[in-house]
Amino acid sequence: MKPPTLEVEGLRTVFLTDAGPVRAVDGVSFTVDAGETLGIVGESGSGKSVTALSLMRLLEEPARIVGGSMRFQGRDLLAMRPDELRALRGDRMAMVFQDPMTGLNPVIRILRQLTEPMVGHGRFAPSEARRRAIGLLGRMGIASPERNVSRFPHEFSGGMRQRVMLAMGFANDPALLIADEPTTALDVTIQAQILDLLRQLNAEFGTAILLISHDLGVIGSVCRRVAVMYAGEVVEEAPTAAVLEDPRHPYAWALVNAVPRIDQPLGEDRRLVSIEGAPPDALALPPGCRFAPRCPFKVERCEREHPPLAEVAPGRLARCWVTQAGQLLPRTGGAGLGGARAVPSAGAPLLTVRGLVKHFPLPRESLFAPRRVVHAVNGIDLDLARGETLGIVGESGCGKSTLARLVTRIHAPTAGSIVFDGQEIATASAAAIRPLRRRMQMVFQDPYASLNPRMTIGETLAEPLVAHGLAQRGAEVRDRVSGLLATVGLNPAWVSRFPHEFSGGQRQRISIARALALEPELVVADEPISALDVNIQAQILNLMLDLQQRLGLTYLFIAHDLAVVRHLCDRVAVLYLGQVMESAPAEALFARPLHPYTGVLISAVPVPGRARVVLEGEPPSTLIRPTGCPFRGRCPIARPLCETPPPLAEHAPGRWAACHFPGEFAHAGLGA
Amino acid sequence: MSASLALPAPPSRRARLWRRYGLAAVGAAIVLAWVLVAILAPWLAPYPPDFVDVTNRLRPPSALHWLGTDALGRDCFSRLLFGARISLLAGISVVALGAAFGTLVGMVAAYARGLADAALMRLTDLVLCFPPIILALAIAAALGIGTTNTIIAMLVVWWPKFARLARALALVQRSQEYVEAAVVLGLKPARILGRHILPNAVGPLVVLVTLDLGNAIITFAGLSFLGLGVVPPTAEWGAMVAEGRELVEQWWVATFPGLAILTIVLGFNFLGDGVRDWLDPKARSR
Repeated sequence: MKPPTLEVEGLRTVFLTDAGPVRAVDGVSFTVDAGETLGIVGESGSGKSVTALSLMRLLEEPARIVGGSMRFQGRDLLAMRPDELRALRGDRMAMVFQDPMTGLNPVIRILRQLTEPMVGHGRFAPSEARRRAIGLLGRMGIASPERNVSRFPHEFSGGMRQRVMLAMGFANDPALLIADEPTTALDVTIQAQILDLLRQLNAEFGTAILLISHDLGVIGSVCRRVAVMYAGEVVEEAPTAAVLEDPRHPYAWALVNAVPRIDQPLGEDRRLVSIEGAPPDALALPPGCRFAPRCPFKVERCEREHPPLAEVAPGRLARCWVTQAGQLLPRTGGAGLGGARAVPSAGAPLLTVRGLVKHFPLPRESLFAPRRVVHAVNGIDLDLARGETLGIVGESGCGKSTLARLVTRIHAPTAGSIVFDGQEIATASAAAIRPLRRRMQMVFQDPYASLNPRMTIGETLAEPLVAHGLAQRGAEVRDRVSGLLATVGLNPAWVSRFPHEFSGGQRQRISIARALALEPELVVADEPISALDVNIQAQILNLMLDLQQRLGLTYLFIAHDLAVVRHLCDRVAVLYLGQVMESAPAEALFARPLHPYTGVLISAVPVPGRARVVLEGEPPSTLIRPTGCPFRGRCPIARPLCETPPPLAEHAPGRWAACHFPGEFAHAGLGA
Repeated sequence: MSASLALPAPPSRRARLWRRYGLAAVGAAIVLAWVLVAILAPWLAPYPPDFVDVTNRLRPPSALHWLGTDALGRDCFSRLLFGARISLLAGISVVALGAAFGTLVGMVAAYARGLADAALMRLTDLVLCFPPIILALAIAAALGIGTTNTIIAMLVVWWPKFARLARALALVQRSQEYVEAAVVLGLKPARILGRHILPNAVGPLVVLVTLDLGNAIITFAGLSFLGLGVVPPTAEWGAMVAEGRELVEQWWVATFPGLAILTIVLGFNFLGDGVRDWLDPKARSR
């Protein structure tokens, strides 16, 4: 019998730090057979990327492999000399990294980067390599590869670069491809294309794939089996479909249930399952089960004894005393915290946007060249009722972040009107808006960039209070700040800490607390959860739902994750190239999209076992405004009529769509 | 099971710190020594710096005059110690005032953008167009000889580089989300600049200030060498080198002030490199 492609046994990797050895990978074992697909899932810090780097022997000091064995096609990877490893990497065993923007050398043409590993490993002669490179690029879905192959990486978009990276990975027809978060930096539509490609390549070339991701949905759409990692260990290994249906480790259970599923009905209670606490300190791991401190199902034994990875069902391994004893974990969260959703009031809208336009002029390329303009937002109309949550979705570059910054007047619009509670703010001066700032706040995407690193949390939260005269200095400010911290679920004793002492989720809570300091009515949230781990996402979403109920907030919620938007929002507006394509109540929009773009967006969400309509191509440049319907270049049902731009019209009560053939695509393609 | 982990010992903390900051420590020691010399000059100097003894002129280094005497019979060692005062004072005041003014200009330009930005930056370009020493020379000559006038002349050519750097740093910070958050919170521009942008942009400015101190000391000494810096009997290194430049046989007159300039500039450069490494998280993690 042939040995498995990859056999990892008790792998241990530590980081030798000043504070002591950090056990990043602690006894990980798995096997990947020829042509098999295995996923590794876990939150940041769980050791999944370090595992991948260990496999490639790409670790640098202070990281060191201190135990275990790794066999690739029967050969011991740990015993190999550096030159043997070099001969293996990029040849039999290839890796695709997360960030397509930094993975390619910016000063070398695509062709050279592709042929270099082929020629370097002596598999192909230069002329042959060139033919193969062009063929591979074509296979990866890059249009006119003969022409594109002589370009430089910066001329390619993120999705195209990831295709080039994949082509490089497949250059020498490897036996194993390790892909570390290959789609995390990409839009859903592009992600769907890349995942499809991975699946096809696995089927066609029989390449085994080890896919690392934080997203179980992504893994589910490519990998047959999955290993769930927590605190450096594999805590569950099983067929992906089985884990998604019926997880046997409480951490896997939390991962599965922390994410809203686009293919499941919406309940009355919108709260998601979230587990409190943080992963254990890798310097002081608990003696028993490493998940026990956060586990809702733990028994007395879990605190004392470290559970082994043992079979809980045929073909299913779990590292849990509870499920090894035969107990099953509950089907859904069923947190059942109750509380009906606030009903948006029917009165005058809090925010009305009409014909909003924002163009960013670019610097001239030369003195006489015409000035080029980025058409970020091209005439958006929106209404936001008090107490409502309006979701804004779309691919990157659709203008959703610009919209958030226009509504909050970080940018001044080029044209159009923004009326906030009866006051026109589109053209008002910065000083005139300042009093209104109290009522309209924003939560930002990146919790690492949205807090001033040089100010303590207390100073950050006190600043707006003092600036607006809401509290005088001293005791009053301190009381308000502690109150704010308590509101967002943080310890009020932490006021004198600096942002770097907090985790991403805690920072996002601080960011929310800062937005709430002025007791606003409208909170604009620009991708507030997209930089967070799924469990933290669930915590923040639950917090936002809570706060909305308690404080009667109105949200403008910008996101690219459709399942989250469906879960949280009352209404959704879909943007494409700075225009609203469709706007409708959330449930109706997802059940029966009227605009074909909405249809393909929904279809791109990775849900295992669901037929997908993969949207070809990428959004066109925002430098040139298309004529006619902006989507017609990529639309699966475009017709000559689409050369006249369709107006945004109401096709059913509350359902607006800018399409000449509303609902046609959904009937034709998607079904339910 | 953790007992079975055989872990190699990481290099000791002290060894790593020395490798990273050893040179900076040497630089700091040199700078500190010169600062102490400048402060304690009246107590350390064996003679008053301006004490003329023509009968005793151009004596080589000896037990009485450690660094010899100059053409007027003044004790070179005493003059060297007092010279540290002028050099440090001039260097520090030029860099401090230049950095303060330049940073203000650069940050306001970056925050205001538009017309104000263009106007301020064209002004800095204008100043940068002139060769700095020549421009400072011209201004100092117009203002007249004297320490204060020379410092003013140097300031005119000194601020633009800080304005440039501060503007670039502030532009980076301006697009950070926490600055956007400060705008949304309705904070006034002065507060956003002072409390949010400046503290986060200050690192590279501090590096430039430290590296620039040596530069300023050299420039001041250079102007003095050309006869512009200090009013004659005052002890100043550049002027002392100038006095000794034609005395080939009496090498000590020019050599020791030259060495003084060399050490203090090296000291500031080592210190500046250390500060840069310390502030650069990428260099620090290595």
